[in-house]
Amino acid sequence: MHNISSYEETIENFSWKSVEEELGYKPGDTINIGEYCTDRICRLGMGKRKALIWQDHSGNVKTWTFDQMRIDTNSIAWYLENMGIKPGDRVCLFMDKVPELYLGFLGILKMGAIVQPLFSAFGTESLETRLEDAKTTAIITQKKHLPKIRNILKDTEYLKYIIIVDQTDELHLKDREHILDVENLPKLDHYHIYKSTAETPSVLHYTSGTTGKPKGAQHVHYSIISQYITTKYSLDLKEDDIYWCTADPGWVTGTSYGIIGPWSNGITQCVLDSGFTAEGWYSFIEKHKITVWYTAPTAIRALMKEGEEVIKKHDLSSLRFLASIGEPLNAEAVLWSDKVFGMKFHDTYWQTETGSMVISNYPCMKVKPGSMGKPFPGMEVGLVDINTHEYFDKKGVVGIIAVKPGWPAMFRAYWNKKETYDQKFVNGWYLCGDRASIDEDGYFWFVGRDDDVINTAGHLVGPFEIESALLEHPAVAESAAIGKPDQINMEVVKAFIALKPGFEQNKMLELEIMNFIRKKLSPLAMPQEIEFVKSLPKTRSGKIMRRVLKAKEWGEEIGDISTLENDM
Amino acid sequence: MENVKDIVLDYVKQEYLEDGDDREIKYDTALITGGFVDSFSMVSLKVFLETKYNISIPDDKATPEAFDSVNNIVDLLKGFGVN
Repeated sequence: MHNISSYEETIENFSWKSVEEELGYKPGDTINIGEYCTDRICRLGMGKRKALIWQDHSGNVKTWTFDQMRIDTNSIAWYLENMGIKPGDRVCLFMDKVPELYLGFLGILKMGAIVQPLFSAFGTESLETRLEDAKTTAIITQKKHLPKIRNILKDTEYLKYIIIVDQTDELHLKDREHILDVENLPKLDHYHIYKSTAETPSVLHYTSGTTGKPKGAQHVHYSIISQYITTKYSLDLKEDDIYWCTADPGWVTGTSYGIIGPWSNGITQCVLDSGFTAEGWYSFIEKHKITVWYTAPTAIRALMKEGEEVIKKHDLSSLRFLASIGEPLNAEAVLWSDKVFGMKFHDTYWQTETGSMVISNYPCMKVKPGSMGKPFPGMEVGLVDINTHEYFDKKGVVGIIAVKPGWPAMFRAYWNKKETYDQKFVNGWYLCGDRASIDEDGYFWFVGRDDDVINTAGHLVGPFEIESALLEHPAVAESAAIGKPDQINMEVVKAFIALKPGFEQNKMLELEIMNFIRKKLSPLAMPQEIEFVKSLPKTRSGKIMRRVLKAKEWGEEIGDISTLENDM
Repeated sequence: MENVKDIVLDYVKQEYLEDGDDREIKYDTALITGGFVDSFSMVSLKVFLETKYNISIPDDKATPEAFDSVNNIVDLLKGFGVN
């Protein structure tokens, strides 16, 4: 039996109020994600249940029960409060997938500060841009990431505390640096958890757009209502499940469904802090008898590439439900999983701003390979016209995916960017920025982005950020970045570069530029291909026409080029 | 003349460790699973090897396992006549 047995009946009977009641919440009550994921679960009698099974790349395993997690997150909250961090301050988590990342997330929320998770592979510029925008008060990190932080320290006076979780030697601490040794903190059975209410800010996740700097999508504690029920219905998690979400909490999937969703349901989840190999992943599933697995299409395609022999070496019979998120899951991958695991991956669709799933393939529903699925109950999801942004209800016609505002996990602001936030809402709809069509049975089918943002391995990368960074390289006169089709990652970054006089194109320069961007921004933003050109296509007003480059790359019609200034 | 093993090791240390990062990378250190090089960064490492040794490594040979240590990379290069 699945948690929902009929999609249609669930749609009919669903209300957010009933979810609130299921969680024991009434409007006006205190609601704190940290409390809901730990203390509340213990009060429900599940304190002795394993909450976290963590494993590193050497195979070392550590576990926490919900009760141990409750105490450790109390202790972290107390530590941060004593240090001088105040409710509403932004506290950045800049770590690999170590236990302190997960405990820290809940500890920060318990003391009322706002969590700002950042992907630990970000380079110095990506890190600084996001800390500067949020005026982050504290950053919790590992020793290995300290050099990046120390590099930007002189320009970040707002950053008062640099908290290191694996430093034992106080002698080597520098300005503003502190040690957080979670194991040796006083074990606090009681902590006065911050009395946040529904609209109290909780998490600040940064996301990229076509233009300008990354934007901080700000969420609230009430988001847990969405994250709890979508986890229950779309991922079908039940009390005996052992769940594995492969996403890094530097991105929204890693927090909404790698922390809040499973733990608000009292579910045991596993974390693997190791780079990807097929052998490593299958061994992990076998060792911990994982039952529900939520991963990314990029990872699924990488596993497909590794073949079936490696699967046969492992007993994966514990698996009972598979789901994916990040970018559209191609039909071949769905059919492949059916063949090799005996079950299909269920694709889900949502984004940083939505905070929780918007469209899913539910366990009780027939999967149409390649489809995104159907809207989550309680959410009005439709298509609006690409040009007019007017709602329409025509089957098979492509439009922009739009959601009626009002679901609990909807972002409440772009940090300090009200105008940009307001622009996301048109004619009473939140516009997702993705194009899709709807078939006769109500299934959504992804078509592509409605802008120039690059979706690589499920992560959005802004072309403007890459182009700006490229211009800082001494050899680059002008540049354009686009998404290039890729079998594994859906898209990878391709850069077109015109060199300054005196520089000659060659493979070593190409490699130098690739590494320049990797270190400055992130490995995701690093161009995987560079094409050197004499000049870039521009409008008469001097704006680079990325769409011309993209159309050529994708073999599509170039469209109207009447404003093109030069021949390519 | 510096041998292939040391050239690869030096390059990995120089490019994939931040200045000030005092972690040690040896010939058998897990690069991919150990979090020093991710699947995206692997592409720049592949470009380095191809450029340095004037070879072309096909995608099916450029697996995370093949790049997971300096020793593994050296074994991979041997298949292309680089010793």
